[in-house]
Amino acid sequence: MIPAAFEYVRAHSIDEAIAHLQQHGGDARVLAGGQSLIPAMRFRLARPAVLVDINSVRDLSYLRASDGVLEIGATSRDSDVERAGWIGDRRWSLIHDVSRVVADPVVRQMGTVVGSLCHNDPSGDWTTAALASRAEVVVRGKAGARTVPIDEFLVDSFTTAVGEGEMAVAARFPKPDDRTAGSYQKIERKVGDFATAAAAVQISLNADGTVRAAGIALSAAGPCALRVDEAERLLVGREPRDETIRAAADAASRRSAPQADLRGGVDYKKHLAGVLVARGLRQALARLGARA
Amino acid sequence: MKIHVTINGAAYERDVEPRTLLVHFLRDDCGQTGTHVGCDTSSCGCCVVVVDGDRAVKSCTMFAVQADGREIRTVEGLADGGTLHPLQQAFWDQHGLQCGYCTPGMLLTAYALLKHNPAPTDADIREGLAGNLCRCTGYQNIVKSVQQAAGTLGHPSAATA
Repeated sequence: MIPAAFEYVRAHSIDEAIAHLQQHGGDARVLAGGQSLIPAMRFRLARPAVLVDINSVRDLSYLRASDGVLEIGATSRDSDVERAGWIGDRRWSLIHDVSRVVADPVVRQMGTVVGSLCHNDPSGDWTTAALASRAEVVVRGKAGARTVPIDEFLVDSFTTAVGEGEMAVAARFPKPDDRTAGSYQKIERKVGDFATAAAAVQISLNADGTVRAAGIALSAAGPCALRVDEAERLLVGREPRDETIRAAADAASRRSAPQADLRGGVDYKKHLAGVLVARGLRQALARLGARA
Repeated sequence: MKIHVTINGAAYERDVEPRTLLVHFLRDDCGQTGTHVGCDTSSCGCCVVVVDGDRAVKSCTMFAVQADGREIRTVEGLADGGTLHPLQQAFWDQHGLQCGYCTPGMLLTAYALLKHNPAPTDADIREGLAGNLCRCTGYQNIVKSVQQAAGTLGHPSAATA
């Protein structure tokens, strides 16, 4: 299908993009990778009157590690993350896992991390990983920039804290310490399909082997990517033994509130949420050389 | 909107509606019909072209206006005159196609893959082509074809997995 007609403007700077967004308000959408937006427009699920193309804004395509933060610019592609030189470091293992399973390898050469966060699909991968790694999103408007914690950024299905006349310019992932590892576990019917269920896990250990910090989040488990705070609380301060992992998995399964669809029924998907959290925790611990 | 796009080294200047998708621009406005429309929903990879030298893109999920000022390579731009590109020759030699509908997308995805990974393992190739569907070959001969091309292009193949 062909999208509805729209006006196309190309921005060459962030200020120019924001000026266009200010001018057109809620009728305008930012075009970055377009790998979610263009299909939505083709199905007429989205009918923006104006697209502001930010792909010619030079200073938005970067991966930058500074101040203990990995910052990903708004036009950096999923494949840029997947191919980054540092991605093999186990502390980035959650990000690495996600970068290899978002959509399919061709879509990842256009799709962007920040665009995926802004799209906020209930079955998104980056949204779920951002929750588990306690990321932030830098949002720019006329008055300047503000940094929004991911839990506040993800408002509801396909809705974020980005207001009219604003745009997200970067995602910031805190740099994990060297006793941190993660894992992303995703069940999909085929490469490129939306997740049937998925879980993002990031875990940091103290020197004595107890859990210092835990991030646990689910995809395709409700209207929005979902933090399982009960599972996080269960883990922190404890040794990550089998019974603790099982308790965290059970908490995830209870918290999951999926919709039945062609990918599976509610009971099946709730079961998967628990299985995937347990697998994720075990893989993260294995990556740390710790035994569950 | 007036756009200037370089397709396989030739300059094209056309006036397009912003909503024109790149694949339709290539086929209908520029007469380059080697790029196929398959699923039309960015699932199948038949319409893959290479943008700016090394990026494989599903041309049903990019607007023609986004190609303004950029270089597009399609299947028509692989052969050098009468000499097939090593990827095309390899698909011929290894029977990497049957009906041929997915082949332009397979070739261009593999082209970009080999730019980034000149000596892929079989697993690398299978992962790299996971966004391209073939309903004929069972993929086995496509993997062999890409391996042959990697060898021909002058890079020793890594151990096959």
